[in-house]
Amino acid sequence: MERSSQESALDRKEQMLRTFFVAGLAGDASAYRKFLSALGDHLRGFLNRRLSRHASDIEDVVQEVLLAVHNARATYRSEQPVTVWVQAIARYKLVDYLRARSRHEAFNDSIDGMEDFFEVENSHEAEASRDLAKLLETLPDKQRLPIVHVKLEGHSVSETAHMTGLSESAVKIGVHRGLKALAAKIRGSR
Amino acid sequence: MKTDDLIQMLARNDAPVDLNALKKRFAMAMLIGALAATLLATMWLGVRPDIASVAKTPLFWWKAALPASLILGALWMVTRLARPGVPAGISWLGVVLPIAAVWVGAVYALAQTAPDARLSLILGQTWRVCPLLIALLSAPGLIAIFAAIKGLAPTNLRLAGATGGLLSGGIATLAYCVHCPEMGVPFWACWYVLGMLIPTALGALAGPRFLRW
Repeated sequence: MERSSQESALDRKEQMLRTFFVAGLAGDASAYRKFLSALGDHLRGFLNRRLSRHASDIEDVVQEVLLAVHNARATYRSEQPVTVWVQAIARYKLVDYLRARSRHEAFNDSIDGMEDFFEVENSHEAEASRDLAKLLETLPDKQRLPIVHVKLEGHSVSETAHMTGLSESAVKIGVHRGLKALAAKIRGSR
Repeated sequence: MKTDDLIQMLARNDAPVDLNALKKRFAMAMLIGALAATLLATMWLGVRPDIASVAKTPLFWWKAALPASLILGALWMVTRLARPGVPAGISWLGVVLPIAAVWVGAVYALAQTAPDARLSLILGQTWRVCPLLIALLSAPGLIAIFAAIKGLAPTNLRLAGATGGLLSGGIATLAYCVHCPEMGVPFWACWYVLGMLIPTALGALAGPRFLRW
């Protein structure tokens, strides 16, 4: 009984994520926002259990995975459960993070004590310790400007093309490559 | 930046996703690899002088079938490995079967040959240079295919790198067929396979470092 109720909970999660995600792939921004938001909550829970010793990094990893999921969308195939696809991305990023962390700890950290025991607080408003806005500023103009105008200020592609003097396809490519470059900057900043 | 702000940013003004991006990436990378390997094989190594007559024999096409089938198998496998949460699974067969087939053919050919002629059937005239030339021809394709894989989302970097290497090796070997004079199945089973293994091994070594995303 318990097993089947667990399975149906996973089914419901899959249904919900898939509905929002597939609509998002077709260009429905509000469905896509709901997908990312639900995924963020889920990731926070997943990482809370695995990174309890490094609670201050959880939001960093949540953001990194969300960006990775966004950048990898073209690799999704409808025959695959969205939960499986997303979990593979999350696990890849978590392993990558832990590897960098252990390299770093070998030089820097003392043995973890209890000093951050009460600092664990995760909410939607959680601020990551690494600021993506600052990393964004380090991108070259042909990537940074399209992201700032289209993705942060909400201008259309053609308006952005007009403002920056770039062609419309250069604006689209700039957003696409810029977000991938941002993911690379995150890796480099660890 | 708060996580909610990041989500707002990612979702805002989002263009529909091109679900053919994976196919386009691999098509472009393979085209680059094939053009480069063909140019090197024809302009640098030179087309074998008897190509017109040998192209009429079935054996020539059996020879080309080895790299051609490995290209298909490696492409099947690497397009699975370039996607998160998709294991190689049954696509291993696409790589294993062509190699098994050429080895069976080689053993059969050797069994039909007098014992003292067997070694020369394996070594042919060009065994010293064949694997190295195939590896050289595969280099441009290897780089292009690595760029294609990196732009997707592989989670097993070593295996994805090895399979991408094999794909570039298959393309190089197919191009090399227009130059290579060897017509013995045992020769292909050793030296063609070894030539394709060089970019495969390089891909396995380079994958964990260069395919990260």
